Amino acid sequence: MFYIHCPYCNERRSEEEFHAKGQAHLMRPANPEEASDREWGDYLFFRDNPRGLHQEMWVHAAGCRKFFNILRNTVSYEILETYPMGEQSSVLAEMTAGRERGEPRRAAGAVA
Amino acid sequence: MTQTNRLNKGGRIDRQRILNFTFNGQRYEGHAGDTLASALLANGVNVVNRSFKYSRPRGIVAAGAEEPNAVMQMGATEATQIPNVRATQQALFEGLCARSTNPHSELLSTLGNLFAPLIPPGFYYKTFMQPASMWMTYEKVIRKAAGLGRSPRESDPDHYEHIKRHCDVLVIGAGAAGLAAALAAGRSGARVILCDEQEEPGGSLLDSRELLDGRPASAWVESVMAELANMEEVLLLPRTTANGLHDHNFITLYERRAEHLGDLVPEIDGRKPARACLHHVRAGQIVLATGAHERPLVYASNDLPGNMLAGAVSTYIRRYGVVPGKRLVVSTCHDDGYRAALDWAEAGHQVVAIVDARKHNDAATGHWVRLAAKQGLQIIYGSAVIEAKGKNRVTGARVAEIDIPEFQTRGSVTDLACDTIASSGGYNPVVHLASHTGARPVWRDDIMGFVPTKMTGLIPTGGATGIYALADVLKSGIEAGSEAALACGRQSPEIDLPEVDRIEIAQAAPLFQVPHPKTTLRAPKQFVDLQNDVTAAAIELATREGFESIEHVKRYTAMGFGTDQGKLGNINGMAVVARCLKKSIAETGTTVFRPNYTPVAFGAIAGPHRRELFDPERYTALHAWHVDRGAAFEDVGQWKRPWYYPQSTGESMHDAVARECRAVREKVGVLDASTLGKIDIQGKDVREFLGRIYTNKWEKLPVGKARYGLMCKDDGMVMDDGVTTCLGDNHFLMTTTTGGAAGVLEWLELWHQTEWPELDVSFTSVTDHWATLMVTGPEARHLLAEMTDIDLDRDTFKFMEWREGDVAGVPARVYRISFTGELSYEINVQAHYAMHVWKKLFEHGDKYGLTPYGTETMHVLRAEKGFIIVGQETDGSVTPEDLGMQWCVGYDKPFSWIGKRALTRPDTRREDRKQMVGLKPVDQTVVLQEGAQIVFEPKASPIAMVGHVTSSYYSPTLGHGFALAVVKGGQKRMGERVYLPMADGVTQVAEIVSPIFYDPKGERQNV
Repeated sequence: MFYIHCPYCNERRSEEEFHAKGQAHLMRPANPEEASDREWGDYLFFRDNPRGLHQEMWVHAAGCRKFFNILRNTVSYEILETYPMGEQSSVLAEMTAGRERGEPRRAAGAVA
Repeated sequence: MTQTNRLNKGGRIDRQRILNFTFNGQRYEGHAGDTLASALLANGVNVVNRSFKYSRPRGIVAAGAEEPNAVMQMGATEATQIPNVRATQQALFEGLCARSTNPHSELLSTLGNLFAPLIPPGFYYKTFMQPASMWMTYEKVIRKAAGLGRSPRESDPDHYEHIKRHCDVLVIGAGAAGLAAALAAGRSGARVILCDEQEEPGGSLLDSRELLDGRPASAWVESVMAELANMEEVLLLPRTTANGLHDHNFITLYERRAEHLGDLVPEIDGRKPARACLHHVRAGQIVLATGAHERPLVYASNDLPGNMLAGAVSTYIRRYGVVPGKRLVVSTCHDDGYRAALDWAEAGHQVVAIVDARKHNDAATGHWVRLAAKQGLQIIYGSAVIEAKGKNRVTGARVAEIDIPEFQTRGSVTDLACDTIASSGGYNPVVHLASHTGARPVWRDDIMGFVPTKMTGLIPTGGATGIYALADVLKSGIEAGSEAALACGRQSPEIDLPEVDRIEIAQAAPLFQVPHPKTTLRAPKQFVDLQNDVTAAAIELATREGFESIEHVKRYTAMGFGTDQGKLGNINGMAVVARCLKKSIAETGTTVFRPNYTPVAFGAIAGPHRRELFDPERYTALHAWHVDRGAAFEDVGQWKRPWYYPQSTGESMHDAVARECRAVREKVGVLDASTLGKIDIQGKDVREFLGRIYTNKWEKLPVGKARYGLMCKDDGMVMDDGVTTCLGDNHFLMTTTTGGAAGVLEWLELWHQTEWPELDVSFTSVTDHWATLMVTGPEARHLLAEMTDIDLDRDTFKFMEWREGDVAGVPARVYRISFTGELSYEINVQAHYAMHVWKKLFEHGDKYGLTPYGTETMHVLRAEKGFIIVGQETDGSVTPEDLGMQWCVGYDKPFSWIGKRALTRPDTRREDRKQMVGLKPVDQTVVLQEGAQIVFEPKASPIAMVGHVTSSYYSPTLGHGFALAVVKGGQKRMGERVYLPMADGVTQVAEIVSPIFYDPKGERQNV
């Protein structure tokens, strides 16, 4: 059972207080009527299923009832970061910066 | 003759206290401090079980959790039956009653022996797969024969607890390493939990030959435990197994509080404590001090009673004062095996020989080897026991010189007469917990074992990491405890290691399966996994048949399955696979161990969550009245709702529902509708928000009016519905389906927080705050008029409006909405006024024939009107248009509301979508089955299914059965006939009609 840091309550709580809500940072097309059937279908039905780092949306259902984002390794189940709605992952940003500096890529299956 | 194998002195048992117990109906005596296993051995009981597949006699092999054979069915009565208890882990108590899980069966024994050569691995799969339909029949017979234990048929009279705990450091195992680690962590001031699965803490120190600070090791155990017990932040959990390690350092600890006290939990100080407790622990750091299991050698007939682990022999002698035989042969490949011989000789029994796989020069430097030689024990070097002789007990050992690299014997075979063979092939670190979350242990050639891989927050120590010398184990434990304390932000304390003599240990030889003069396939059975009856030959055969992955070999042979989880046999099995495939064990790899480490009682898993506490039950404010009135209840979500109210004369459900339906249609009825979800929504953007969430329009709904709304997901499929009321310009009350309330609230919050945070809107669940009393029927206005100051005039208080006022003297909101099609007033009062208002309704209502009705009548009445129930007429694949509810869709709203765009996708525009229709059975006496499949052409083959019945009832008003259904293209098939082939061979015929069966113009609610 996960131990999740709620970025709003600023506390770690057991998974049973939370609901998983699927992939994070999905954008609803701003003008749905202008979206093609394919674009709308992609938005509705297609999700990433990565082996490794995955950004997910969760809600602190039995707590503050706020939605927030989690960066999680789907292999080791390590949660690298939780951050509020509307923000971007600082860990991913740092990794991108690191790659640009020529640092080695973190292995997907690495168990921290 | 009692306790023939008991020594006169020694051990940690209390010879003054005699405990009586029965095993397979036979009475025996043991002592306080015994386990069931030590007491059976003391009494000279050789055969404790029959094997799983071949029904061979089996004896006690081990002294701990790794015991594969002595698996018992416990319990003196039917209600106290507990399956799969290891005798080695069960403390003896007065009146203990145990039986073999697999009792002796002449038939199975004969069959097992006769047909053993015919039962290769995969036998059951190969033999019983055809015809597939017969598997269920075969399985019952096979399971019974396999004897996997049985659960009690009566309810457990004891109770169980759950506790959630948090700690800085959890130390698993209170052997040398665990005690040292707990001491270090405890002294740092950290919050520590120390758990140990045995009856006493101390692990191998309880039967060690070594001295700590010049005293017996057990004295050091006592002093450390005393110090830990005095530490305020340290919790000691004896008789507690860490049985599962889950994500993010979540561990379940199974504490057996009363299993050692009696068949039933005895009363202590006037109350019965819990039989067991499951602790749900979140630990900052886990110190894995689980030690190691001794690995037996694999040789022919190594399953005969009398074949034991060398370390277990020592444990029984030193800890329980039991010598499990008269004449011992030891077969080993490392120094520790010698300790069994030394203990045996000290107990005054005969050591026939120590057979060591190593050459004299390789072994002779070892401390225990030299001691044995000095005592004049016969040592046979470069050899091994290749086969045990005997029928129901070992009568001899066959010994031969062996060549390990070539995997063969050399020279002649010597027969030694003996009754016990103690074997030891080294140790397997207990890595089970470390692999529960999926991490694979890592093979180390230097210790010939798997050790845990590195994991966050987990610190393996001592035997669990392949450190076996006592001085090193203690040092490793203190380091682990200090590291854990540091990781929790504590200062690591100064700890003095106890003085331990460093003893010389000679290099071990890598021996797993012992070669035999015959090939593995022709030699007598060499068992690898005793619990699952897996032999070296079976594994070799599996590799020949092409199973190369260790995971496939496991599944094909059943090695490491079930309650055993490969404790004793897995490494030997991997060694056999490696030998057959000419690979190293590191290349072969290991299977994953799964929770639970040892079996856990279902009672402990369920804890207090049973019967009425299994799931929360929700009651309305009127529940007591319904119970009093004799209502039959129905579960709706977690709610208990009155289903119907049978009259005390034994009225049937059918009659009660017919009576309730007629009362509503002809007079007046009342329904407790309090369970409807209610969400109070406020903010200046509520109208805009509702317009985006609902399919229909909300912009212009004035204060005082209510509107039915339909909610879709963004794929255009209906997810909920309900009436929402405008209480004020910035204040609305939304109602949802009873079951959908929590989900809808989360749905609203999702859109508000993620897509439209700029909208000023907030939500509060008020479901439990308001009670909802639905008064409905032609007399509803007359009845309510007697009780309220609200003007009920038909033209000033119109349909789909609400008013505020007094009802029965308390403040109320009254909504003129209808789910029955009749004139209806929905009275909403604060929940604690509900009973008062309800009773007043009946005081005034008697003369109008007021009748309480339940959910079944509600369903019939709404279905007659073609009103949908979300989740009954819909299943997540139904659009508003499929329901024929285009009137509830605002196609021209400016914002592209949730679900709108999807309604123009090609799939949602298909003409042959399943659409809601009414069905009228041609035979008027028929009530169609809900869920029945609908076809257009009953004689076609294959037959195309075109829909199903979603709701079906008998209508007392119409006088016949009727149904709602979804049918492909149904809205254009009015008047056509459809067919419903039923499981009993009858094909029902029905006509497609409008889903509105009663009062199609809706005149009755507008009177």
